[in-house]
Amino acid sequence: MSFLGMPDAAGPPAGHGHFVADQPFPVAAERALADQQLRRNLGHATSTIRRKRAGVVAELPDWAELRTAGAAIKDDVLAHLDEYLEQLEANVTARGGTVHWARDADEANRIVTDLVRVTGSSEVVKVKSMATQEIGLNEALAEAGIQAIETDLAELIVQLGRDRPSHILVPAIHRNRSEIRDIFRAEMAGVDPELSDDPGALAEAARRYLRAKFLSAEVAISGANFAVAETGTLAVVESEGNGRMCLTLPRTLITVLGIEKVVPRWQDLEVFLQLLPRSSTGERMNPYTSMWAGAIEGQAFHLVLLDNGRTATLADPRGRSALRCIRCSACLNVCPVYERTGGHAYGSIYPGPIGAVLSPQLSGLDPANNSLPFASSLCGACFDACPVAIDIPSMLIHLRARVNQANGRTPEALAMAVLARTMARPERWRMVLRLARLTRPLARLRWLARMPGPLSGWLASRDLPRPPRQSLRDWWDAR
Amino acid sequence: MTDARTEILARIRAAQPDGPTAVPREYRQAQGAGDLERFAERVSDYRAGVHRGRGDPSAAATEILRARGLNRIVVPTGFPTQWLPQVELVFEPVELATLDAVGAVLTTCAVAIAETGTVVLDAGPGMGPRQLSLVPDYHLLLVRPEQILAGVPDAVAALDPLRPLTWISGPSATSDIELNRVEGVHGPRTLDVLIV
Repeated sequence: MSFLGMPDAAGPPAGHGHFVADQPFPVAAERALADQQLRRNLGHATSTIRRKRAGVVAELPDWAELRTAGAAIKDDVLAHLDEYLEQLEANVTARGGTVHWARDADEANRIVTDLVRVTGSSEVVKVKSMATQEIGLNEALAEAGIQAIETDLAELIVQLGRDRPSHILVPAIHRNRSEIRDIFRAEMAGVDPELSDDPGALAEAARRYLRAKFLSAEVAISGANFAVAETGTLAVVESEGNGRMCLTLPRTLITVLGIEKVVPRWQDLEVFLQLLPRSSTGERMNPYTSMWAGAIEGQAFHLVLLDNGRTATLADPRGRSALRCIRCSACLNVCPVYERTGGHAYGSIYPGPIGAVLSPQLSGLDPANNSLPFASSLCGACFDACPVAIDIPSMLIHLRARVNQANGRTPEALAMAVLARTMARPERWRMVLRLARLTRPLARLRWLARMPGPLSGWLASRDLPRPPRQSLRDWWDAR
Repeated sequence: MTDARTEILARIRAAQPDGPTAVPREYRQAQGAGDLERFAERVSDYRAGVHRGRGDPSAAATEILRARGLNRIVVPTGFPTQWLPQVELVFEPVELATLDAVGAVLTTCAVAIAETGTVVLDAGPGMGPRQLSLVPDYHLLLVRPEQILAGVPDAVAALDPLRPLTWISGPSATSDIELNRVEGVHGPRTLDVLIV
């Protein structure tokens, strides 16, 4: 029995949020595959980043050792998560910050909304953060009459386009420059109606649009890439300077942190600050990294520690290493499935290979997410690219088994069992083949294969072969 | 009802493994001094200006600012007086609006990293609060050769994790449009590094 008197088998509760698909992957993928523009945009972007990443990874003679250390540090975190979180809390508190704990998305949203309300502000600026995307914070704030302004360029493109993110690092990766120009022209207040699609001009437009907001914002909301337990230091890794603006200028800073983001020691950052930038944007170092411990330079600082399905993930010995993830998105960029379907098909804000193992674990085996572990050819490119060595292919197979166990005896499983029994005995198999010959006239009727029924899913992507006039065995005997 | 903290910690204790926790650190540890040429090359890869101040740092800084067409610059408290350039100087403290209007800032740094072309500011003397090196559109950074360390582990070991830290690798940039790098978004769009 566990602490709440619940049987241990029940385990920690699943989370809820924007990591549950609203339709199965094969359905969403089919629509995405038909979008030629999307496939061109993704093919171009992922091949660019793959080339850059390979170059800067090859440059480090000790990449393999860094990767081993990164994985080991994260495993250390998962084995002592309680201690490290308590240590982090004590150090952040000692330096003037306030630490809040949130069991799930609703609780985190409530905490943040209340903190913003206290300031009297009706507008907040946001640094790109997967955790706040996951819990739907912007929507929760909007319900409370608070407008959240995304300041990362790609997030801004998604927000202005009333779109959904499709990549962990570059949420607007599915858009090309001319689509972005069209969104800016239509939705960005005060933008030049003649705005060109030159990336420099688009970045300039975003700079002008956001600058006034940065200089007047009272409250900022961020996530964080790392939180050091032994010092209380938080780190945000970014490129544009929107992160620095949000972390530095507003008088109140609220950071939402997934509990698995804690690292034990300050020294551990020497590993992740080499692994992360090279894996994510393919640079030796990202333009800006900000670090702070507690409330500094006259700012009020709140840290919200978020569970939302992470402890449920921790409870699965063969699934928990998904919590090592540092959100670099290297696995997305090398994945042949992601490259063709894009992120929206996964339905979760965590798409691609890591999303296929993380989303169904955070959400619990939700029927809508059960197709995600199958959204892979198990080629293994993700495992090779992962800077913290998450064995995604093995985890996918494990999760497929969990899904199948939860589904019970499906028609497919039943058919396979019957087939196995039949093929085990040569005389049974011979009899079946002869019987199958009788169905030859039916095979002309193509619509028969399209009929709804227990095997319709199986037949949707496979042709039903016409049984031959004579089986190989019969031919051999008659020879 | 249990409070969230108690409940989350209990969930963790019920779920977490008793695993081995040793971290093998066989990667390259701190190596000490960094190569100046490599640092200069890596900084310029980010399309930042790199200048080697032979002789008088003040004259070199003045020359760089003139070439950029700048005749006013914000100077943080504690900046070495012998390095001050011959332009109009706006001393800290400065209001946000002034920072924005002057649009140029001059700072020192805490450490620099050769392998990644990174400079780290820790809000100490000559660097000022974080917003000082952020709001102006132009940043001139003075680096002493002995501040250049070999790699990231050297910098982590040399820095104080309790200070506000800003790691800077080139000017502000984005890769958000088709994953191509474009310099200049919200931070300083032009970065000059002067090695003195």
